[in-house]
Formats: sequence, C-alpha cells, structure tokens
Amino acid sequence: MAVPELHRFKLDNGLRVVLAPDPTAPVVGVAVHYDVGFRSEPEGRTGFAHLFEHLMFQGSESLEKLAHFRHVQSSGGTFNGSTHPDYTDYYEVLPAAALERALFLEADRMRAPKLTQENLANQIDVVKEEIRLNVLNRPYGGFPWILLPPVLYSTFANAHNGYGDFVDLEQATLDDCAAFFDTFYAPANAVLTVAGDFEVDRARELVEKHFGDVPFRPAPPRRSFAEPRPTEELRGFHSDPRAPLPALAVGYRMPDPVGELDAYLANLVLAGVLTDGDGSRLQQRLVHRDAIVTDIGAGAGLFGPFEARDPDTFSITAIHAPDVTGDRVLKAIDEEIDLLAATPPDERELAKVTARWVAGMHSEHDRMVSRTLALGSFELLYEDASLVHGLADRFAAVTADDVAAAAKALRPDSRAVLVVQPEQGGSK
Amino acid sequence: MTAATHRSAEEIGRTERGPREVPPLGAQRAAAELSHVDTTLANGLRVLAVRKDTVPLVELRLSIPFAGTDPLHPATAEVLAETIVTGTARRDRVAIDTELALIGGELSTVVDPERLAVSASALASGLPTLLDVLADLLTEASYVDAEVARESARLIERLAIARTQPRTIAREALQRRRYGNHPVTREVPEAEDVAKVDPAAVRQLHANAVLPRNSTLVIVGDVDPEQVVADLERALGGWASDKSANVLPDLPELTGGDVLLVPRPGAVQSQLRLSAQALRRTDPRYAHLQLANLAYGGYFSSRLVENIREDKGYTYSAHSGFEFTGNTATLLVDADTATDVTAAALLETRYELARLGLVPPTADEVESVRQYAIGSLGISTSSQTGLAGQLSALAQTGLGFEWLAGHPERLAAVTAEEVAEAALDFFAPHRFTGVVVGDADTIGRGLEAVGGVTVGEA
Repeated sequence: MAVPELHRFKLDNGLRVVLAPDPTAPVVGVAVHYDVGFRSEPEGRTGFAHLFEHLMFQGSESLEKLAHFRHVQSSGGTFNGSTHPDYTDYYEVLPAAALERALFLEADRMRAPKLTQENLANQIDVVKEEIRLNVLNRPYGGFPWILLPPVLYSTFANAHNGYGDFVDLEQATLDDCAAFFDTFYAPANAVLTVAGDFEVDRARELVEKHFGDVPFRPAPPRRSFAEPRPTEELRGFHSDPRAPLPALAVGYRMPDPVGELDAYLANLVLAGVLTDGDGSRLQQRLVHRDAIVTDIGAGAGLFGPFEARDPDTFSITAIHAPDVTGDRVLKAIDEEIDLLAATPPDERELAKVTARWVAGMHSEHDRMVSRTLALGSFELLYEDASLVHGLADRFAAVTADDVAAAAKALRPDSRAVLVVQPEQGGSK
Repeated sequence: MTAATHRSAEEIGRTERGPREVPPLGAQRAAAELSHVDTTLANGLRVLAVRKDTVPLVELRLSIPFAGTDPLHPATAEVLAETIVTGTARRDRVAIDTELALIGGELSTVVDPERLAVSASALASGLPTLLDVLADLLTEASYVDAEVARESARLIERLAIARTQPRTIAREALQRRRYGNHPVTREVPEAEDVAKVDPAAVRQLHANAVLPRNSTLVIVGDVDPEQVVADLERALGGWASDKSANVLPDLPELTGGDVLLVPRPGAVQSQLRLSAQALRRTDPRYAHLQLANLAYGGYFSSRLVENIREDKGYTYSAHSGFEFTGNTATLLVDADTATDVTAAALLETRYELARLGLVPPTADEVESVRQYAIGSLGISTSSQTGLAGQLSALAQTGLGFEWLAGHPERLAAVTAEEVAEAALDFFAPHRFTGVVVGDADTIGRGLEAVGGVTVGEA
C-alpha cells in the first residue's frame, strides 16, 4: 500500500495542523490534542485535567450547554474526549459534509469556552459517578493504572490518582478552571488533526477561517516529570473489598518513549514475546505449564503505548488463585525474564509478534477515530505525525538482541510490586 | 492555582466579535458500492463475502446457532468455546497460535445462550492459512482431557470475577425478571456446573451442535468475494452434516411489571435496567421505533441523557437501545446511578418514557436522530471490523447487504408522526419491566415511595 499523504503546517497563533486526506469513505475525523494531561495537574487538585475535559463540552461563546453534542450528533457524527498522562484529546468522526461544522465547534471552544459554576458543579457529580462506575463499585477498579504508579513513583506528578480524589474534585473552583485554561489550552499548546474525505486546499482554508483568529498565547514551558529510578524493589499492598481473587502488578521503568524510541519499541516486542498468544513465554509457563495464574498480560504504558513522554511504565499483571502466593508468581515471571535475557528469542518468535503487531496497526488505522487520534498524538508527543506510518518498519527492525537487552533491564531491584488481596477473602 | 495572572472564567467565555453562526452542512457524497456475494455453500452454511480493501486485512465472523436445553449445556458450551482452539488432530495449541500469529492472525470464540461465535482476522495474504486453521478447528477439534481440565479451572476463576461485576449481577437479575427460566437466561454458567463438565461431553456437544446448516459466515476485507466463496467451499467442504444447528426457542413476549429491587449490600452505585418488547428489523415500523429510541436515550443528545446526566448529574452513563435475540427484539434502558439518587433517577427515567409518547419528539429532534442514525451507520460500516460486525448481525436474522444499503433510505422516509406513534405505542411506562440492583437499606424507602417496585426474589 502507498504511504498516505500528510500535510503539516502551523498557523500564526502557533496551532499545529495535520491533514491526512483519504477518499475511501465519505467520513472525516477531527481531533484536537492539548499538551496537558493529568501529570500536569496541580497538587491538591487530583483529577482536575479530566474534570476539565468534561467542562470543555459544556458550552462556549457561540454554543449553549448541550449544543456541542447536538450539533455533532445531528450532523450524523460521534464524539468524545479522553485524558492521558501527557495529553488531553477531543475528537469527532462525522459524515464528510460536516467537516466545517466540526472545525467550527473545536475552534469555538478553543477560543472561548463558557466555564460556569453550574456546569462545574454538575460535571463534578458526573465525574464522581464515572469514578464510582469504573473504580469504587467494581472489582479490581483502577488496577493497575491508579494503584501501581504510587508504588513505582515518588513525585506527585507521576504517582497521584489521575481520576482524582472526591475531596480534591469537590474543591475545584471556577478560578482553577480559568487558570488551567489560560495556561494550557493555548493554540500554541495544541495540535489539530483532520483525516478522511476532503480536499486539502479547502480544508486548509477552513482551518484558517475558524482557528486563524484564536488569539496567540504562549505555550507553557514543558515540564520534565523525570525522577530517579527505584534503587530497590518497592512493594505496595491494596485490599480490594470486591475482588474475588488475588492479583499482582509489577511495574518497571522504561526507556524514554520519545528520545529512545527504538529501545522503547524493543519493550513493546518484549511484551508480545512474553504474553501475546498461547505460545508466548509467560502464557506458556504460568497459564499452561505451572497453571498458577488465570490470566497474565504485559505492556508498555498503563493505557497502551505512545501516550506518555518519559517516564513511562512497563507493567506485567496477573490474577491468580488464592492458594498460590504472589511471590511464587513473581518468581516464575523472573525466571522467564532471566531466561529471555540470557537466550534471545528465535526468529519465529519475533516474526509472530511483528506480524500480529503490523496487522493490529492496520486494523487500528482502518477505523477513522483511531487513525485521527494516532496522527494527532504522534504529532504532539513526537513532533512527527508521519511516524505513525513508519512505525511498522521500525518495529520489524527490532532484533532478538534488542529484546534480550530489554528483558535484562527489567531488574527486580528497580521495580514496583503491587499486591491486591480480596478483603476478608470474599466479596459482594 | 498558578501564580501567573490569568483571565477570569467570564472573560475567557467571550470575545470582542461575539457569538458566531454554526456553519451549514456541505454536500454529502454517497459511500462507494462494494462488490459482494451472498450465497449458501453445499454444506448449508450461508456465506456473505464483501470486498473492502481499505487495509490489507480480512475479517471473518462465523455464527453458529447453539441453543441447548440440557441443564449442563451452558457450562459445556462455555468450556467448548474456551477449548476449541486448544488442539486438533493436526495441530496442538501452540501450533495453532503460531500459525495464526505468523499471518498476523487472531481467532476468538464466545458463546451465549443463542450462538457460538468465532471472530477472526488476519493479513489478507494469510487467508488460506486462516481458513485451513478454521476448518481444522471445526472438524477436528480434539478437546484433550488436560486442556479441558485446565480451561475449566480457569473458567471457574473467571466466573468468580464475572459474578462480582455489578453489570453481570444486574444482567442476570434482569434476565430472570424478564424471562423466568427460559434458556436465554443462562448467559453465565454456574461454577459448580463447569466443574462437572467432562471432555467426552464437550466432544459430543461439538459433534451434535457445531454444524454448518443454519450458520452464517461473513468475510469482509481485501479479498475477491467470488474467489473467497470458492476457497470456502474447498476449505470447509469437510464440515458437513445432515442436521441443522440448534436455534433458540422463541422468547416469550415481554409484558410490563414492577421493577424488582435486588439487594447488593454496601453498593455505592445502583444499576437500573428496564426493558420492553420492541420490533424486529424486518417490521415496517422498525425505522420509526429506531428513531423514537434514539430520541429517548439512544444517543448522547437524547432526553434521558440530557435529563439525568447533563441536568441532574445522577449518572455517568445512561442509554437505551435494541437487543435482538432470535426472532424477537426488545428495548433495554440502562443507567448506573449514585445510591442516594437511585429512586429519583428511576422516577426521571419513567417520566421520560411517558413524556416521549405524550410530548413527542419535535421536528428538530426527529431530524437530529435521523441524521445521527444515518451518519453513525455510515461511520460504523466504514471500517472492515464495523462492516463485518453489522453484516454478521444481519445475516443471523436472514438479512444481508441489501438491507444495510437500503436502511439510510428507510430512515430518510420516516415522518415525525410515525416517530410519535411509535413512541406512544412502545415507550409507555407500563410496558416496561426491570430491576434495580443496589444497597436496599439506602434505596429501598425511596423506591417504595416512587412505586411500581417489588422487593424480593427474582
């Protein structure tokens, strides 16, 4: 397949723009990525970046509360937003006829969102329900993405709960919102991505027309969230009132996802070699041979790869039977990682991981929403959206020695181990 | 929060130029026609193959009617679904995984009271291998004792987790409330039943029930449909039987009734689930009811979401939609709400049901849901996975590509009056039954005050 055409440019106000035309279906995707995630939220305001994401849907100068939703959906489109460690995204996928409307909607809230006390109070309630749904009322809620970082990391930015504590959420003020918007939601701190069925020149005109007069504000200086790696094994314990079985999460620090991309990719291949498919190392050993875990998984990034700058987390998670100790599971994991570090995977093992990953990328990019978001996040984090199309080759170029080296770096004396135990051995 | 000076919220929300007009929609181009074949193989399997070459992949969906009345059927079926990929006469578990992986392939199986479904995908160049593996599983799955034992043990552990999920608890309670003891209620097998399943029973179930006649197979991707049918005829030629796959008995017609309060002590949230009889896709009024449902709670800009989420903050997600089972269709309304507002949320949910009929959707509301229905269908079928999923659901009810292609036109033709009629006929609160799962000590009194609530066993 031909490499898709990409057009990248910057408006005078600093907004970076990526256009990715594709006429195969009369559909367009529009996304805005802001360079702020939950690692940037201030101390005492856990969950604020995500709460603010909700508020961005609650009206702007030209659009009453609820109008954003109605305009997208009555144009035949779908929308959403999500908050990540290092960015927040907003997106719509619509029939191609609605492109200008989507650009207008995103521009209007970038220029002048309507932040009101009433909407803030309402969305604090909604976010609390979201947390009850996904964390508090559910077995293994927040495992491992909320529970593991406070064991592995020591700074507020890296360790805190990105969904937020109720106390912090309830204390969020309208002035906090105003400060957050003015600091982080500048056009110079954002990337606009348009993918799908459009004429490039026309799209460029429409982008200028709607975003061109969003006033310039400087992007905030990018903060480093770097912190030293652990110098010993760190342990954490969580008692889960709803979980029926014990669980284990192991967190390791990884190479810099941006500055050391090839080493980062080696960790992705490593994750595949360890847990992707019945023939993978840890599935074979822990699920099928020893039969001590129900399920096991490994991955880069606690929500998936390519969604954070340094530091990022490599994690292995397992749910296991009550009569098996966490340390026994850990020991088996360590033995397999040591084995991989000492004897690199064979060609076929690599070919399996690579072929599945390439097919997975194709499948992901076949969906307009995923493709649009990938282009935007790569432009934001890597300053190069086109990297999306080169990743498969870079991934395939990872060698067996690279994977062995990545395995060797998963050191027991520099990691976090989180143990989740069912409360009182049972659940409701 | 920051030391830097910033504008106030009020200053941020206005510009010198003031509010602007929302731009009109441009002209919409129709989706490209896709070449396809809809046929039945010699073994009775219905095949729908579509060329959609946006990426060099192929998506496959096989659906086998898989109903059973034996008390151990749900457990046996679940073990079968977990172990069908663990070995054949020609390949062991690792060999299957390896062959699939080398073509970028995935294959998964899932079973419910109605069907055994196999979903698979691979790089299009690997289609011959994918079909060979699939045929091998369908005709030669061996269910060796050790694999069955191990997968049963894992399944029991997974069931323990599933049964603590609020949504699973609510689903089981709703199914019992709606359908009593009909086989459709047994979506999640009992752990003690799984422990009783022996490999011989799994092999026998496979021989008796994994059958091509009555089953459907959808293939979408970078393929030539005619060629695919020929490939399938060859690859699946050995999968044959005189018998037909087992179709689920018809569901009883839903009648309305009290909502049942199902206690879950200590829950910080309650699950609200309401359901009523609806219309099949083949009914002339289906599109009318589809639009009425969207206006009620079928999309974010619906009355229910705007009321209980965006106005009152009772819930993170509220939704209503269709469920299609065999020849029947139902409406299902669901919302998870904070414990202390559960009764109020039920009251508002019922209020919006009644209001949909009495104060029917305006012309604007109807236009909005119409465009959403047409647009979101186009978006969801613009990817191979989306199209394969849609076609598989249609194929199972005897419909096909033509129904999908014709549906935008049917939606375009619906009048506001027809939506109003459907709303009045199908959304009347008395037509609904359902459950509320939550902390009875906290929510019981309020629910009793709202009325139409029964406390007790399902």
